[in-house]
Amino acid sequence: MAIFKQAKFFWASIVVSLVLFAVVQFLITGGMLNLFYVNTLVFIAINIILAVSLHLIIGITGQFSIGHAGFLAVGAYASGIITMKLELPFVTALIIGGLVAALAGFIIGFPSLRLKGDYLAIATLGFGEIVRILFLNLDYVGGASGMQVNHLTTWPWVFGCMLVAILVIVNFTNSTHGRACISIREDETAADAMGINTTYYKVTAFVIGAFFAGVAGGLYAHNFYIIQPSNFGFLKSFDILIFVVLGGLGSLSGSVISAILLTVISTFLQDYPETRMIIYSLVLIVVMLYRPQGLMGTKEITSVFSRGQKLKGGKKDGKGQTVA
Amino acid sequence: MEKDKPLLKVENVGIRFGGLRAVSDVNIELYPGEMAGLIGPNGAGKTTFFNMLTGVYVPTEGQIVLNGKKLNNLPPYKITRNGISRTFQNIRLFGELSVIDNVKVAYHSQAKHTLFSSILRLPPHFAGEHEMEERATEFLKIFSLDRFKNEKAKNLPYGQQRRLEIARALAANPKLLLLDEPAAGMNPHETRELMNLIAFIRERFDLTVLLIEHDMPLVMGVCERIFVLDHGQLIAEGTPAEIKNNPKVIEAYLGEEVS
Repeated sequence: MAIFKQAKFFWASIVVSLVLFAVVQFLITGGMLNLFYVNTLVFIAINIILAVSLHLIIGITGQFSIGHAGFLAVGAYASGIITMKLELPFVTALIIGGLVAALAGFIIGFPSLRLKGDYLAIATLGFGEIVRILFLNLDYVGGASGMQVNHLTTWPWVFGCMLVAILVIVNFTNSTHGRACISIREDETAADAMGINTTYYKVTAFVIGAFFAGVAGGLYAHNFYIIQPSNFGFLKSFDILIFVVLGGLGSLSGSVISAILLTVISTFLQDYPETRMIIYSLVLIVVMLYRPQGLMGTKEITSVFSRGQKLKGGKKDGKGQTVA
Repeated sequence: MEKDKPLLKVENVGIRFGGLRAVSDVNIELYPGEMAGLIGPNGAGKTTFFNMLTGVYVPTEGQIVLNGKKLNNLPPYKITRNGISRTFQNIRLFGELSVIDNVKVAYHSQAKHTLFSSILRLPPHFAGEHEMEERATEFLKIFSLDRFKNEKAKNLPYGQQRRLEIARALAANPKLLLLDEPAAGMNPHETRELMNLIAFIRERFDLTVLLIEHDMPLVMGVCERIFVLDHGQLIAEGTPAEIKNNPKVIEAYLGEEVS
């Protein structure tokens, strides 16, 4: 029963998102959306990919990684090399960008995921900086002055990639494999004692997250005409981290919502460059003061639709209390 | 399984943390279906010993053999898959996961559907998840936890959390179950329920159980054989009656309570 319900909801959300896509696409081709808005939408989609990919690592598996911009950079440069130097099609660039980032994730993740908490955070932060400095000193990709890239990223591309990223991560999370990752987040010792290969799942989550960050990198690079190492500093990592934390650790819909919200806010604040960072920071502070658990807490948007079931849960709660 | 061949054989096991010998030279044999207790004063090394059995710590001396298979140096998750499962002194449930999901995590290592089929939502995924759901529901019924099925584990009352932790450990399909102070923090009524539960699961799952406990009536009541640890060394072993009258034990441990 539950599985059929899940499937129903799954198809409903696919239909809704395709309708959304079609409407926006129609508005773009009809010339009703100007370039500024299209660009904002593309940005939102890229940020959603980044947010959900980091959500898998931090929110689901509980591994505090703050070097996500490193994977973004690896994906951006790898895909840039594919289209500009090797002159292969965009789709290959996106896939290879993702794969190279995933490989980087594996190489970084395997040794560093033995670390916990703050130590892992510092190690991943270091990784992000190493990547940036590497590209800064690599003349093949233009060093500090950056690398010329064609503008290839369009609405259908970003939307498609975003949909795939969300689907893969949702499917992963709602399976025994996702539960294994959540059990690691909840209590690694206990997960280990229950027969979960914790290293395997931590690295897997890291690699999948890195893959989608790499794809986002490919989209990001081809949305501009130039990419520079300075685009991928640790502040970029923190931007992504903020999406995940503000949305609520452990909530995919939360990280999507906060990615949309914060991208819109920061885009519209571009008109006020002097006060932009002040207002942006104030928004963060206010949200964290009033919703310290993040916008969605650990809940998903799907639970809003299943209120009926929740009520039943409430009754059970009462029973439980009498037992206690 | 032969009754006379030991299921677990612990030979001269010891562990050293730097200069400190936490446990040394412990020899224990457990036979299939046996119900044994491990007692000792605080800091005697009981939990450390459990941690060695489950691979959390690697013993610096001796060896641990389960069913003829050497377990030293195996990571904890492999030891669990080989048939040793445990509960913890301070309950370690997956709090944010629902009660049924806690059990499903223990089933994970027996899952047949791959990561790939789950991501692409291929038929094996649905079949596998469906089977897990059914099995876990049935399993929770045995422990009368099915009414809490979709509740978050952290919201359960304390006694039920203990119950769920034992259920989860059993779901991993162990041959040997290690219980680390299962009655800690329980009132006498809950303790009695726990004793019944332990007797019940032992019958039902054909288990060997080793439990650490400070609650003497419980240990004396359910265990057939008791091991006593003091300062990291095994000072006595025998039936509850023998242990009660063992002068070494009285000196080290029971003496305080008797006087």
